[in-house]
Amino acid sequence: MTQHVELRRGAYHDSVSLLQVSRAVAGTPGVEAAQVAMATGLNVEVLTGMGFEVPAAAGPNDLVVALRTAGDDDVSAGLAAVDDALAALSAGSAGTGSQDEVPPRTLGSAVRRSGAGLALVSVPGEHAVTEAYDALAAGASVMLFSDNVSVADEVALKDTAAAADLLVMGPDCGTALVGGVALGFANVVRPGPAGVLAASGTGAQQVMCLLDAAGVGVSHCLGVGGRDLGAEVGGRSTRQALRALAADDATEWVVLVSKPPDGAVLAAVEQDVADLGLRVHWATLGAGRPDLTAAVESALAAEGVAVPEWAATAVPADDAGLTRGPALRGLFCGGTLAQEALLLAADALGAVGSNLGLGTPLGPDLRTDGHAVVDFGADELTRGRAHPMIDPTLRHERIAAEAADPTCGVLLLDLVLGHGAQPDPADDLAGVVRAARETAHADGRALPVVVSLCGTEGDPQGLDRCTDALVAAGASVFRSNAAAARHALDLLGGAR
Amino acid sequence: MTAPLHGLLTADPVVATSGVALFADTLREQAVPVLDAGWRPPLPGTEDALARVMADPRRADANALALERMTSAEAALVDVRPASEVVGLERGTFLHAGPPIEWERASGPLRGALVGAVLLEGLADTAEEAEQQLAAGAYDLEPCHHRGGVGPMAGVVGPSMWVYVLRDEVHGNDSWCSLNEGLGKVLRYGAYGPEVIDRLRWMGGVLGPILQQAVRSVGPVDVRAIVAQMLQMGDEGHNRNRAGSLMLLRELLPGMITADASSSDVAEAVRFSGANEHFFLNLGMPACKLATLAAEGIPGSTVVTTMARNGTDFGIRTAGTGDAWFTGPANTPEGLFLGDFGPDDANPDIGDSAITETGGIGGFAMAAAPAIVRFVGGDVPFALAATRRMYEVTVGEHPVYQVPVLGFRGTPVGIDTALVVRTGELPQINTGMAGRVAGTGQVGAGLVTPPAECFTGAIAALADAVPARGE
Repeated sequence: MTQHVELRRGAYHDSVSLLQVSRAVAGTPGVEAAQVAMATGLNVEVLTGMGFEVPAAAGPNDLVVALRTAGDDDVSAGLAAVDDALAALSAGSAGTGSQDEVPPRTLGSAVRRSGAGLALVSVPGEHAVTEAYDALAAGASVMLFSDNVSVADEVALKDTAAAADLLVMGPDCGTALVGGVALGFANVVRPGPAGVLAASGTGAQQVMCLLDAAGVGVSHCLGVGGRDLGAEVGGRSTRQALRALAADDATEWVVLVSKPPDGAVLAAVEQDVADLGLRVHWATLGAGRPDLTAAVESALAAEGVAVPEWAATAVPADDAGLTRGPALRGLFCGGTLAQEALLLAADALGAVGSNLGLGTPLGPDLRTDGHAVVDFGADELTRGRAHPMIDPTLRHERIAAEAADPTCGVLLLDLVLGHGAQPDPADDLAGVVRAARETAHADGRALPVVVSLCGTEGDPQGLDRCTDALVAAGASVFRSNAAAARHALDLLGGAR
Repeated sequence: MTAPLHGLLTADPVVATSGVALFADTLREQAVPVLDAGWRPPLPGTEDALARVMADPRRADANALALERMTSAEAALVDVRPASEVVGLERGTFLHAGPPIEWERASGPLRGALVGAVLLEGLADTAEEAEQQLAAGAYDLEPCHHRGGVGPMAGVVGPSMWVYVLRDEVHGNDSWCSLNEGLGKVLRYGAYGPEVIDRLRWMGGVLGPILQQAVRSVGPVDVRAIVAQMLQMGDEGHNRNRAGSLMLLRELLPGMITADASSSDVAEAVRFSGANEHFFLNLGMPACKLATLAAEGIPGSTVVTTMARNGTDFGIRTAGTGDAWFTGPANTPEGLFLGDFGPDDANPDIGDSAITETGGIGGFAMAAAPAIVRFVGGDVPFALAATRRMYEVTVGEHPVYQVPVLGFRGTPVGIDTALVVRTGELPQINTGMAGRVAGTGQVGAGLVTPPAECFTGAIAALADAVPARGE
C-alpha cells in the first residue's frame, strides 16, 4: 500500500467540481482511496480522518491531491486520472457556453480554433508576410496567394516553415489542389495519379486542364511560387513538395511546371528526384524549350497515355474588303499563359513588347505600335486592385483601345475558368470581343480574335457554353494555349 | 514515420483563410470546412514594423516565457508600512499614476491630488500655497511604476502615506500600493478638502498601524488566491471588488481585532475597511504588478507589461522594450455618472489600475462579473463578449484566474502588442471616472480603451529592436 500526498499551489477549483474529480480518481484501477480538495480546515480534518498526512504548510488556497494505492506503480496512474479529471473541468463545459463565440480576429486564431492544416492568405502584399508567419506559428502550411512579397521575406518564410515541417506555397501562388480541394484559381479536374508541382499559377492550370482532357486525373497540385527555382530561393518549397509527393500514395508521377531553373538548383532538384525514385516530367517554359502543351504530350507518352487532339474551333476569316493591321496584341490575365505566348511570338516575330520581364520593355502605358504581349495579372497592375481573373476591367478597356488602333492586326486573349474565376466570364468577354470587332469593322478593318480557353468539363462555368459564347462573338477558341498562340501567329502571317 | 507536412496531402482539408472572401466562399462551395479570419488592415502605418516583428524568430519563445512568468508570479501581502520606508521616498518627492508628466500638463484630478499630498506632508498651509509650490517646480514628480508600485486614479503617494507591501517569492520581486480611501471625495479622485486630509491623517496614524499588526500576525496573505476566488464570485478585480474585499477582511479580521490599539480605533478601522467595496483593489493592483514585473525585460517579447494613465497621457511599456513608455492622449471613459454629473464633468482616463487588465483581470475578466454592467454601462452579452474579444489579443489564458460562465476558461492574459496592432482591437478597461476640475472627486464609472498611438509607437520600437537577418 502506498500513500501519495501533494500540494498544488494556486490551483483553485470549487468543491463540487473537486468532488467529481475525487470520485473519478477513486474509480481508477489500483487506487484504493482518493481525495482531491482545497486544503481548508474541514477538508484537512477529512483527509486526516482518512489516514492521510497533510503537510502543515497546506492552506485553504492550496489544492491537495491525496491517493492511497495498491502499489507504488499505481500512483502515476492515479495522478494521470487526477490530471485528466481536472482538465475535464475546464474542457467539459467549454463547448456548452450559452453565448456565441466571437469570431476569430486573426489568421492564427482561425487556424487554432478550426485545427486547419492549411491557411490561404490573399491579403494585400504588404500585409502578407505578417499573415503567413502567424499561420506558420499556429501550425498550418500556407498558400500565399498574395504577391508583392520580397525575395528575402520569401526565403525567411520558407526556412521558418521547413523547420516546422510546413510548406509555403507561394508567394503569388494562384492555384493549388490539395486532397481534392481547389484553392485559389483552380479548375475542376478528376482525381488521379498525376501530381503537379508548379512555380506558376496559370501554367499549372493549363497543365491540369490538358491532363484532364487526356483523361488523366490529378492527385495534388502544389504551387511553390514563381521564384522558387531561382538561385535565391534555391528550390526550397519545390524540394519539400517533391518529398511530400513521393511519400503520397495517390501520386504516381509528377509534372513540374516552371520557368527555366537556376543551374545549381536544377542539379539539386534532379538529385532529389533520383533519390526519391519519383518519376518527374519537366514542363520548363523558356526560349528554345518545348511549350507546355508539348511537355504534357511528352509526359503522357512517357506514361503510356494516348495523346488526344486538343479541342479547337477556328472561325473562318471574314476580312473580305477590309484592311488589317500588322501587329499582334496578346492581352492576358494568366502570367504563364502570357509568357508562353510571348516565347512563341518572339520566336516567330522577333521584337515583341512586353511587361513580363522578357522581350522588349513597354512604357508605363504598356502601349506600342508593334507587337505586344501584356500580362494584366502582373504585380504592378494588381496593387490595390483584384486580379484580372476576378476584375477584368483593365483588360476590357485595353481590348476596346486595341480595336480602335489601326496597328492592331490580331487579338490574342486568354480566358481561365474554374473556381475563383468570374462566374460568367465568357459572356462578359464575348460582349467585349463582339464590340471590338464591330469597332474595327466600322473603321474598315478586320480584327481576328483568338482565345486560349483554359478550362475543364467539370468547371462550374460550363466549358462548352463558354466556347459557344466566344465563337458566336467571332473568336477562335483553343484549349491549348500554345495552339492558340500559333493560330494567332498564322493569322498574322496571312496578313503580311 | 509520420506523413510529411503534418499529413497535409492525406488529411481531409480544413482551411483557414485571410483576405479575399471569394476564396473562402469557393471552399465552402466545395463543402470544405473553412474558418475565415475576418481580416482587416492593421492600425495604419504599421505593416512594415509588423512584418519585421512577426518574422523575429525570438518572438514565440519570448512571449511564451512572458506568459509563463506572468502566470506563475505569486503575490503575498507581507507588510504594511509608510512609503518613506518601503520606497525610500524622500520628502519633497511625490509619486503619481501613469507615465511621467510635469505640472504644466497635469490634469485637474492629478493636480488636486498633488495639492492634497503637499498639504498632508505639511509642506504648505493652504491649497493655494501648495499649488504655487507645485507650479514653481518645488517638488519632484515621478511615476509609481518607476518605483515598482502602483496607485489607483491619480495615484499620488507622499512619504508619509502607508502602503501595502506584496512579495512574489517565485521571481524575487516586491511591489506596493497605497491604502484605499473609500469612495466619494477622496485624494485619488483629485479631492483635497479638509475631510480628505483628515481621513488620510487617520489612515496614516490609526488604520496603517492596525493593518500592519494584522498582516504581521496573520500574514502573509495569498492575494493571488483571493483574486482566483473573487472571479468565481462575481468580481472582475478592477471596478468590482466586493467579494475580494470581504475575503480580505475575513483574512485580516483576527489580526485587526487583536491589534495593540484602542477598541474604538480597532472598531473604526474594521468599520472603515468593511464599508469599503474597493478595499481589495489596492491589493489586486500590486498583485497584477508583480505578475507584469516578472515579465519585464524579455528581448523579443511583444507582451505589454504596463498600461497606465496620468489623466493626460496613456502610456504602455512592453517586455521587449525595457523602460521606454509609448504614450498617446488618454481617452475619456464612457459610462454611468453619479448624481448630477455628466460627460462634460469627466476627466480623461487616469490611474495605474489598468495594471489589472495588463495582468488578465478587470475588463479582461468582465465575463466573470456580469453585474459590473450596472456600474460601468453596457449589458451582460457585452460583458461576455468583452472577455472573448480579449482572447484575440492575448498570448494565453491564466491557469489560476478562471471564468465560470466560460466553462472555467482561464482569463485572457498577456496583451500582445502585435495582435492589438493587427486587429485594432484595443484592450478593454473598466475604470472609475474622476471629475475634470481639481477637488471634485469621483463623477462616475465606465469603459475605456487606450489610444491606438500607444501600440503603434510600441510596435515601431519593437521592430527596431529586431536583429537584422543573419546577425
